[in-house]
Amino acid sequence: MAARTESLGRAHPAARAKREPSAPAADLERELRVYRHMVLLRLLDERMLTLQRQGRVGFYGSCYGQEAATLGSAAVLDAGDWIFPALREGGAMLLRGYPLVSYLCQIFGNSGDPTKGRQMPSHQAAASVHQVSWSSVIGTQLPQAVGAAHAARLRGEPTVVMAYLGDGATSSADFHHALTFAARLKAPVVFCCQNNQWSISLPVSRQTAAPELALKGAAYGVPSKRVDGNDLAAVLEAAGEAVAAARAGEGPRFLELLTYRLGAHSSSDDPTRYRDQKEVDRWLARDPLQLERLRLVEAGVWDEEREGALRGEQAEVIARAVAEAEAFPPPSPETLFEDLYADPPWIVSEQREALRAELAEAPRKKPGA
Amino acid sequence: MPTMNLIQAVNDALRLRMREDPRVVVLGEDVGKFGGVFRATAGLVEEFGEERVIDTPLAEGGIVGAAIGMAMNGLRPVPEIQFSDFIYPAFDQIVNELAKLRYRSGGQYSAPLVIRTPSGGGIKGGHYHSQSPEAYFVHTPGLKVVMPSNPLDAKGLLLSAMRGEDPVIFFEPKRLYRAARGEVPEGEVEIPLGVAARAWPEAEAPALATVISWGAMVPEAVEAAQALAGEGVAVEVIDLRTLWPLDLDTVLASVKRTGRAVVVHEAPRSCGFGAEVVALVQERAFSWLAAPVQRVTGLDTPFPYTLELEYLPLAPRIARAVRAVVAYQP
Repeated sequence: MAARTESLGRAHPAARAKREPSAPAADLERELRVYRHMVLLRLLDERMLTLQRQGRVGFYGSCYGQEAATLGSAAVLDAGDWIFPALREGGAMLLRGYPLVSYLCQIFGNSGDPTKGRQMPSHQAAASVHQVSWSSVIGTQLPQAVGAAHAARLRGEPTVVMAYLGDGATSSADFHHALTFAARLKAPVVFCCQNNQWSISLPVSRQTAAPELALKGAAYGVPSKRVDGNDLAAVLEAAGEAVAAARAGEGPRFLELLTYRLGAHSSSDDPTRYRDQKEVDRWLARDPLQLERLRLVEAGVWDEEREGALRGEQAEVIARAVAEAEAFPPPSPETLFEDLYADPPWIVSEQREALRAELAEAPRKKPGA
Repeated sequence: MPTMNLIQAVNDALRLRMREDPRVVVLGEDVGKFGGVFRATAGLVEEFGEERVIDTPLAEGGIVGAAIGMAMNGLRPVPEIQFSDFIYPAFDQIVNELAKLRYRSGGQYSAPLVIRTPSGGGIKGGHYHSQSPEAYFVHTPGLKVVMPSNPLDAKGLLLSAMRGEDPVIFFEPKRLYRAARGEVPEGEVEIPLGVAARAWPEAEAPALATVISWGAMVPEAVEAAQALAGEGVAVEVIDLRTLWPLDLDTVLASVKRTGRAVVVHEAPRSCGFGAEVVALVQERAFSWLAAPVQRVTGLDTPFPYTLELEYLPLAPRIARAVRAVVAYQP
């Protein structure tokens, strides 16, 4: 298949809702399911940023404004498919059935975290939902995704790998590696580039002179497409097509999901220092939650009462899960030495014993104690 | 028993593993039809096909990154980095990703793969074809680091590395690829990682000094030991074989017998792996030592093209250092 890019088919998703008032019931059902998770993720992000300001969470990177791009693309995957995420796709794990309490324990970095408190928040990993943790270096996960996809193909499995990246990652060497290798190996991988238009303080117009990021995918011989990432139905449709093509053995696909980072890069960032609030306001008018709610209401499957009930219910779910997760103690010091080698060498046991003896004499004080 | 050189031993080990385990794949630049620039993968694509012997695009970060993903999803990749001088574009993938994958995922994922790469100088390769970067990788928790010094060890250690569950950086001393020849059994050879060997003398005998080395400097240390024997200075040469995990017991046992130690490596001296060995010996065998432990190494300069024999810590430089520690008076 010849590489190509396709531009946005429609300027405003609200217009699309009007043009296509009678979406099939199955589509609406799926949109509704994803919408519920979009609301959960929005509430969860708000709660986590509050806890971060209270000093109960160390760091947080929210998905605010990108819920349709994130959850819409992940929603088309099969249970056996893999995700190699970037910073903001943790919510896809919840969509795919990962327990909220375990998710929160990672954010608290405590003993309830399957990754044993070893990484900052927003670096989740769970083999149960085939989601690998990303690297803060940026782009690093992309060639790995290609390798995992190629392995699936060699082993005769129908697995598709979805690899996420931001607009900044398209400048990284590993982006170049991944696209080059994916096309050469015809690996069943779908690159979902969330162009949220800001890499911390750098706008995409200063990140690259390429007018569309989808052009970059096409340059490697990967069929590429730009999609309105704030339009859930458009994301579902484009991601569904891309995943189906990859699964059918047609090789990789590249999607540029055009969206906007409504919040700060992370809890350590202050975007008022580098971007104009008027731009944020323009994108607030295109908040993917509002757009999808409007669509569902117009389709007659949603209303204010249901919205209120959903939000109340989910706020309660989050509050209960936070209380449960926060109660776990920190990981034991011995866990520092686990999972290094399959057969730990002498240096590991020696240092474990030394630390044990040191802590017995001089236990660490908890911060603030 | 067949006689092989070191490159044939590597090829033999790869073929053996590929025959017994369909999960084993080889990937790298020019490893397919060409069989690798040193011929390490010669004949593999003909026997196992292009799906398992992958000529990759020219990008080391892509080779290692893709190999990590393959290993995570059930394959046993053996990527080749054409020269260890070219490993730096893959440094992030190795140090931040490969080494830490099991750890950062809490044991949910791992990447059992072996990166093979020719290292060391003495082939008129200038500084882009001669470096010995082993210390960078020993410094990274989660990796194992291996460097054989002869064909038999190359086959046995590579088989162990490929059968293990941990990522291994496998340095092949390219100066010995064809220079080192020896008997290597067909089929299985069992040499575990993490076990050093005495390279000289053949049978344990009283000695005045221990020389500790690895890779292409082991034959140099043996040559020095043979020359010193003619002067009445008996020396024991320990070949580490695996740098990490280090077989410290074997090192300490020898140093405690001889009371003197010289560590020899080809890489630059400062912060080389020799510094770690010296530190461990003085921490744990201080009262057995009759002289300060010495290092004989490459120079703290980039690896040169024309003057490589001046750069390398060859037998005469090793013998000088041994004479000095034996003559040492406090």
